[in-house]
Amino acid sequence: MSLVVKDLRVEIATGERRLIPVDGVSIEVAANECVVLLGESGCGKSLTALALMRLLPDGAGIADGDALLDGESLFDLPERAMRAVRGGRLAMIFQEPMTSLNPVLTIGQQIEESLTLHRDLRGEQLAVEVRRLLAAVGLPGERLSAYPSQLSGGQRQRALIAMMLAGEPSVLIADEPTTALDVTVQAQILRLLKDLQRQRGMGLLLITHDLDVARDMADRVAVMYAGQIVEWTTRERLYGSPMHPYTRRLFQVLPSAVRRGDRLVQISGRVPPPDAQIVGCRFADRCSDAIEACRADAQGLREVAPGHWLRCGRVGSASPLPEVKPEAGEGRPAAGLTDRLATPVLELRDLAVHFPIRKGLFQRVAGHVKAVDGVSLAIHAGETLALVGESGCGKTTLARAALRLIEPTGGQVLLSGEDIGRLDGEALRRKRTAMQIVFQDPFSSLNPRMRVGDIIAEGLAALRPDLDAARRAARVADLLDRVGLPRDAAGRYPHEFSGGQRQRVAIARALAVEPRLLICDEPTSALDVSVQAQILNLLADLQREQGLAYLFITHNLPVVAYLADRVAVMYQGRIVEEGEAGALLSAPTHEYTRMLLNSAPGRGPA
Amino acid sequence: MMPVLLWTDGLIFLLVAGLAGFVFVVRRHEHLAAPWRRVAGDPVGMAAAVLLLCFTGIAVLDSLHFRPALPAGPGGDKLGGEIQYAPEVKSLLDRALAPLIEHQEKSYSAPFASRLFIREAITLADGRTVRDFPRLQYGGAALADPDAGRAGDILVRAAAGLAGGLAVWLLLAWALRRPLRRSAARGTILYTLLAVCLIVGALAALAPHYHVFGTDKVGQDVLYATLKSIRTGVLIGALTTLITLPLAIGLGVSAGYFGGRVDDVVQYLYTTLNAIPGVLLIAAAVLMMQTQLETHPDWFETGAERADLRLLFLCMILGMTNWTGLARLLRGETLKVRELDYVVAARAFGVSNTRILLRHILPNVQHIVLISVVMDFSGLVLAEAVLSYVGVGVDPGMMSFGNMINGARLELAREPVVWWQLVAAFAFMFVLVLSANLFADSVRDALDPRSRGRS
Amino acid sequence: MTAYLLRRLLYAVPILIGVNLLTFALFFLVNTPDDMARLHLGVKRVTPEAVVKWKAERGYDKPLLVNAGAAGLAKVSDTIFFEKSLAMFAFEFGASDDGRDIAEAIRTRMWPSLAIALPTFVIGLLVNITVALILLFFRRTYVEWTGVVALVAMMSVSGLFYIIGGQFLFAKVWQLAPISGYQDGINAARFVWLPILIGVVGGIGAGARWYRTLFLEEAGKDYVRTARAKGLTETRVLFRHILKNGMVPILTGAVAVFPLLFMGSLIMESFFGIPGLGSYTIDAINAQDFAIVRAMVFLGAVLYIAGLILTDVSYTLVDPRVRLQ
Repeated sequence: MSLVVKDLRVEIATGERRLIPVDGVSIEVAANECVVLLGESGCGKSLTALALMRLLPDGAGIADGDALLDGESLFDLPERAMRAVRGGRLAMIFQEPMTSLNPVLTIGQQIEESLTLHRDLRGEQLAVEVRRLLAAVGLPGERLSAYPSQLSGGQRQRALIAMMLAGEPSVLIADEPTTALDVTVQAQILRLLKDLQRQRGMGLLLITHDLDVARDMADRVAVMYAGQIVEWTTRERLYGSPMHPYTRRLFQVLPSAVRRGDRLVQISGRVPPPDAQIVGCRFADRCSDAIEACRADAQGLREVAPGHWLRCGRVGSASPLPEVKPEAGEGRPAAGLTDRLATPVLELRDLAVHFPIRKGLFQRVAGHVKAVDGVSLAIHAGETLALVGESGCGKTTLARAALRLIEPTGGQVLLSGEDIGRLDGEALRRKRTAMQIVFQDPFSSLNPRMRVGDIIAEGLAALRPDLDAARRAARVADLLDRVGLPRDAAGRYPHEFSGGQRQRVAIARALAVEPRLLICDEPTSALDVSVQAQILNLLADLQREQGLAYLFITHNLPVVAYLADRVAVMYQGRIVEEGEAGALLSAPTHEYTRMLLNSAPGRGPA
Repeated sequence: MMPVLLWTDGLIFLLVAGLAGFVFVVRRHEHLAAPWRRVAGDPVGMAAAVLLLCFTGIAVLDSLHFRPALPAGPGGDKLGGEIQYAPEVKSLLDRALAPLIEHQEKSYSAPFASRLFIREAITLADGRTVRDFPRLQYGGAALADPDAGRAGDILVRAAAGLAGGLAVWLLLAWALRRPLRRSAARGTILYTLLAVCLIVGALAALAPHYHVFGTDKVGQDVLYATLKSIRTGVLIGALTTLITLPLAIGLGVSAGYFGGRVDDVVQYLYTTLNAIPGVLLIAAAVLMMQTQLETHPDWFETGAERADLRLLFLCMILGMTNWTGLARLLRGETLKVRELDYVVAARAFGVSNTRILLRHILPNVQHIVLISVVMDFSGLVLAEAVLSYVGVGVDPGMMSFGNMINGARLELAREPVVWWQLVAAFAFMFVLVLSANLFADSVRDALDPRSRGRS
Repeated sequence: MTAYLLRRLLYAVPILIGVNLLTFALFFLVNTPDDMARLHLGVKRVTPEAVVKWKAERGYDKPLLVNAGAAGLAKVSDTIFFEKSLAMFAFEFGASDDGRDIAEAIRTRMWPSLAIALPTFVIGLLVNITVALILLFFRRTYVEWTGVVALVAMMSVSGLFYIIGGQFLFAKVWQLAPISGYQDGINAARFVWLPILIGVVGGIGAGARWYRTLFLEEAGKDYVRTARAKGLTETRVLFRHILKNGMVPILTGAVAVFPLLFMGSLIMESFFGIPGLGSYTIDAINAQDFAIVRAMVFLGAVLYIAGLILTDVSYTLVDPRVRLQ
């Protein structure tokens, strides 16, 4: 065994409270094995990794447990010896490639630093080894004199990997290494990591929240929930016959083409906070299978089958786990129901947004960045059009231009057949009730200084001045009901709500003015999958009830397959392919669409 | 007596009212109150706040001005029944310190001295003339033998004063037990109050009988001058910011929000103003103001009004040259905030620019304004001293730390050295500036999201 | 890069014009030359003849903006605005109100100013960075806590106190340096070391605190964690990674104020009787010599803009993220 972790406990002291974000985690990573630590945000997986490196942030500390690297206890080492281990036999790469590299040192210098430190290389040998490492991670040799700012996100992540390989680690920890990257780049980096792991026979501890990534990469998987490992087994067993109720729910909340038309399973409730005093199972309150014993007795991790460990009170008890059935959906209107001949709610004709590039002494316009370059689209009532593309393809600019928040350079925006591209002032304002937007980041989309009620009423105040305060308040209460928030939410501030609840507030705000079209700009990509399911269900309900049209901007193909009627693929400012969702996803014609589909994780081990 | 409202008095009351209003609003909004609760829990910050409050209290007392009624003329005939008022303007503080004003000696005397600092020809009872240090008229006047009984007398009086201070503190602590009950900084606040009470008690007991900080060249009590200087310092620090704020907020936020031409103009304005060396710009403006005041004697009735007008102009000039820093910060922050999704959402509703500025931008950049207000205060107090030294500060007739230092620095060349004036001015200024700096640090730590988690 | 620099230089022109107009307005419109004359000659008991004579001697008797009496180009050129304000663009500062050549004074007085300002600046920079690094190195120990408290206290002391106290102790009590005065050449060292020392010590409070903030901000960034994950020692993380990044704003900030060193230090020079530009300015202010004040304002503005341009250039040199176009 390369790395063995036993009963790791991490504590954070904040004032009088003592938080235990990691509570008794045990895992092992063998040589030439990839172990995935899988869990939703805040479950303690990153802290586990940092604790192994002994790089916990200020205030957090290792309270208990042990970690053995090749038989040597890491937590007992003096700091000096630990430094030799860090970046040497145990290395770690991080999530944010944009900030994880030193901006004022070249890639070469940063790799050399590790090589000199851990392998004592100098001069010619050093130069040769740097180039060898760059080649190993697929970066051209001349990149060694580049600064991080001159590299793309994927290239930076490669450089970081090269840096961490310099010490020839026996175990490499990768903490969400591809979360900040585009799907196609993610596929490349994951493949690189897998190849490196195999070539070098090293252990890879991959931390991720993505079930599909785990499926592609893992030999064994540990599922983490609220600071504990709840299930720990091989990939085949986990994906073939998951046993823990939490794991099973995780699979069920995932959207996919198969579940089209069905409501997604939801996990009720919230993850308990890290200072909660829980004796029994931490998932019990959200578990539909929980029995009294689950809450009363401490649950240990037990081996329920050879190589399958489980922290669940129902296994071996008199009543075995019942099968979970997906909720039957009320179904959504089939795509055929929408009237294609009617005037579309929104139609874009040759829409273009160009940003000038200025150069020279007098800042003359030397060219244009064609962010949106002649896009034509139509969305009908009750229809969901998914706009798929990677970062920088122009999809957000397109959304803002359609809303007339950015002035289009050319083309037309027709709202129910009327060109709003020429409207100004009051006329444009009146049209704004028809079309609203929901954003990706639930934290920056709500003004922290306003009460939720005022946030929701903002559009009403601006666009429906005919409503008096009492009727506005009634509308707000009604909207809160509709998005599934308690009525007293109106008097509270956004910081009191979780990400999913904030996204509900944002949806209520958009719905307040009764739009016919909602532009959803990656509305679930900042949310955990269990919360994503709730939001997707809500959007589906609203569409069924009100006949809303959605322009759904996303890069997440399973969500597209689950939700969209039609799909438009955007690449470098243009729509390269458009069509019926099922047909397009199963038989793409454009090269880029094919590449996107092939890059999506979850197709099984590479 | 006839109340007199000087320009700066009006503004300082406005400021106090504004502060009270701010506290009222903050208390009603949890999200505004939360960071201030962190300040309230910070012992160092609260100790500094207690001291600042004491200084502000003195400044406010010194801003309640009036002209005392003159005693009726001989025979009690009032001119047409009208009361005559003295030409000089007094403040409540002056009234409280009346003994200090009246106890004017001939010239320098050291702290606690009972004799003058310089020899004079004294005519003895038998008609001979000797050169010796004459007895002070007021300092230690109660003593039969000024040289032997002095130390004992001082100790007794000081002890009585300290006891009085302790008693006041006990009363205060009892009165404050409720509001302080749950404060994490309770101990520090009470200890600071104790220190203040003891010092004030001792001073109050000693000052009527001795010149605690000595006297200056014309025999004026230095303690009095120092206390009077506090108002000038506090005013310069506070009023300047008051004048800076509208300019900085208006220009900075609109430059960031509207961009384009507005941004160009504002940036041009502040680059141009910044390009002129600060002291020179202030000096130039003050020189201009001075000639204006010279040529318009009709603008003021009394010397106090003249000095007040000059102080007001000085604050305005400092404000005009000081807004650029805050404006630049606000511009940068507004650029960030205006790109946030909630502003975009508001624009998608067609919410007007004014409303977006008021409801979304301003509330979310206000922490920068607050931080900068408290941070700038100490710098302005220090600047007053330098400007007065250069000769472009407050009116030479006005008591201020700068004028005190300026008047006293040449005395260091005397043999023996006259040090007490300088030391008193520097010490009071140091305590004022230090507490302002510590309080500012505490506020910044609580309000600035970037400084969170940093020690 | 060249295009960028040229553009910045062009951008400097409207700023200088603005400075020029502002000073012109302050000095000639708010107060007329008549006011100035009366101020110099004494407000009371001044005859109109004396005012006219005073103005004529100094060239203030011309019209402000337009000379209706003159012909052709002289309509604009034979005015106060042209001769006193616009001429400064050619660095023709004219004569001070007491009749001496200002440009000549600036040329000779520049060197004593630099002899104090430059060493103060360089030594101060080094000392402040060192102090900030020491505090960072001893993070979360008593050294840091004491140091930070000391810095705040030092920052709260009036600059005048440092000068008056330093002069009193070193020059008067201990007689280690002359109280005031200046000599050229190697002898200058005898006169300048005390002002330099005082300048450096007086600047530590604010300077080191500011640099500490910059370093702390860097220390919290992700790349520092990466450096630690590589197994580097704390010293190496501090010096190679944090210091190198923290130096970017420090150096560019230093470059920005560098040209202004020529202007000298007002207070220090006047206290120590150094015949530099700082004391020149103070004397001019006290003597209400507007010609000199105007010249110094313009000079200061030129140097400020030079500093801005140098800052941009230095950014491209020390920060690989910045590319000017």
